[in-house]
Amino acid sequence: MEAFAGLFGIDPFDLWFFFEVLIGGLMSGVMYALVALGFVLIFKASSVFNFSQGVMVLFAALNFVGFIELGLPIWASFILTMGVMILLAFVVERVVLRPLVNQPHISLFMATIGIAIFLEGFGELIWGSNIKPLEVGIPDDVVFMGDAMIQQADLFAAAVASVLVLVLALFFHYTRIGRALRAVADDHQAALSVGIPLNTIWVIVWSVAGFVALVAGIMWGSKLGVQFSLAILALKALPVLILGGFTSIPGAIIGGLIIGAGEKLAEVYVGQMLGGAIEEWFAYIVALAFLVFRPQGLFGEKIIERV
Amino acid sequence: MNDSGAAPAAETPTAAAGTVGRPNRIGEVILKAENITMRFGGVKALSDVSFDVRRGEVRSIIGPNGAGKSSMLNVINGFYQPQEGSIWYLGKSYSPMRPYIAASNGIARTFQNIALFKGMSTLDNIMTGRILKQKATLAEQALYIGRGRSEEIEHREHVERVIDFLEIQAVRKTPVGRLPYGLQKRVELGRALAAEPTLLLLDEPMAGMNLEEKEDMSRFIIDVNEYFGTTIALIEHDMGVVMDLSDRVVVLDYGSKLADGTPDEVRNNQAVIDAYLGVAHD
Repeated sequence: MEAFAGLFGIDPFDLWFFFEVLIGGLMSGVMYALVALGFVLIFKASSVFNFSQGVMVLFAALNFVGFIELGLPIWASFILTMGVMILLAFVVERVVLRPLVNQPHISLFMATIGIAIFLEGFGELIWGSNIKPLEVGIPDDVVFMGDAMIQQADLFAAAVASVLVLVLALFFHYTRIGRALRAVADDHQAALSVGIPLNTIWVIVWSVAGFVALVAGIMWGSKLGVQFSLAILALKALPVLILGGFTSIPGAIIGGLIIGAGEKLAEVYVGQMLGGAIEEWFAYIVALAFLVFRPQGLFGEKIIERV
Repeated sequence: MNDSGAAPAAETPTAAAGTVGRPNRIGEVILKAENITMRFGGVKALSDVSFDVRRGEVRSIIGPNGAGKSSMLNVINGFYQPQEGSIWYLGKSYSPMRPYIAASNGIARTFQNIALFKGMSTLDNIMTGRILKQKATLAEQALYIGRGRSEEIEHREHVERVIDFLEIQAVRKTPVGRLPYGLQKRVELGRALAAEPTLLLLDEPMAGMNLEEKEDMSRFIIDVNEYFGTTIALIEHDMGVVMDLSDRVVVLDYGSKLADGTPDEVRNNQAVIDAYLGVAHD
């Protein structure tokens, strides 16, 4: 679309074109939101910013595509990859989180950077560093809404994301594990005293984050191919989180939509005045503005400081 | 430390409701701390401490700052794992006890420095006390069907009773981070009570409270003990409160047990007077 705008110039009054850009943007926003969700899950349950979430997306996709290339059917690859992600959750809990319990958050954050670097190297070691196409039968036709052209794959991603969010929201708000997760996020000691097993909770939450990473990895992988730049792309989730708030699942979704739509619209309508390519940094400028005026994000928990 | 000297005179309102007039409610031994020795590096926080707690009694652990009282409580509910000794509880010996085992066998506790889930409402905080009692599957809970529904209603009813009992109806929806200190302490007690504990551990339930809040808290502790028959082990600095509330008292000093007995016996124990009460009384 950017190329289209640059080559032909655009008619700012073409409403259908506006819709097309808007919807395209919202859909790519859904993809950011999928990644942001994984960050939110772990942050909610352990107040740890998991820097490795982006790499987990890549790692899950690498495993998934790797298993498919070994000749396994898609469903088997999915289950096997989920197994790998659960195993990863166990290893992370045992090797990284447990020894660092009660350490400052910054230590845990640094540890997740370590996990990111390790996973990236480990993934490359096992599956190689080539770009791999991923074909799981997601429809890739276009449909027309009026004169606006919409990718079927984008609609599919939106549907998957909606289901995922619904399930997670129910899980977090109405199940005892959800309540336990929120309790652990607030106070480890108190959580222990009411009988919440901390280690189990961590394994569960990292497994769920692994599952979200796998879904995001499949979506991104089908769109762009499974490649190592996925891990960097996934960092677009950061501005999404700043917008939506680090602790809010709906926030991650709405933040994703705003960033996705915002950057596409900005690219098409403002970008050409500035020489283009503002899509790359637009999200971060928005995030910066939010940090100044509303640091807890749109839906984050307001920080109350008692003096 | 100063207020422990002044308080005995001021703390009379609870005296009448104290140990007098509560016969026959004390039963068999339910918990024994057996030869607990706990070291942090080179520092001995507890050395060879043994005592027991009987069903239905209010048992206090007192002692000067740094005597090892909180460590003792932490050993009982499994936060600390002592190097030597074991916790005998309801017929089983644990060395060491673990927090999950303690909680799932009916040991609930509060903390010296309030440990609440600050972002959650009073109601949700107290609901967490019921987590171990929920048995419905995750799907049932998420979709609010079958057992998920009936259980939620049942637990909610119980939690509402706890809220009524502690007189915190007005703040049930308030995030606890915004409540004043005294109320936070009460919510914490509520969370412990929601678990319907067999043994309730209270770590300085009245620390930092004003007189009125202390009186309220004393009343709640007595009521919990009398109406629910909950066994209570508590740590408290305020000697007036301790002597009024307790059936038996353990005195710790520098990690060792100095005395063990009824408030009167402890009050008249020369070693205790020298080490602790001697400072408070003239």
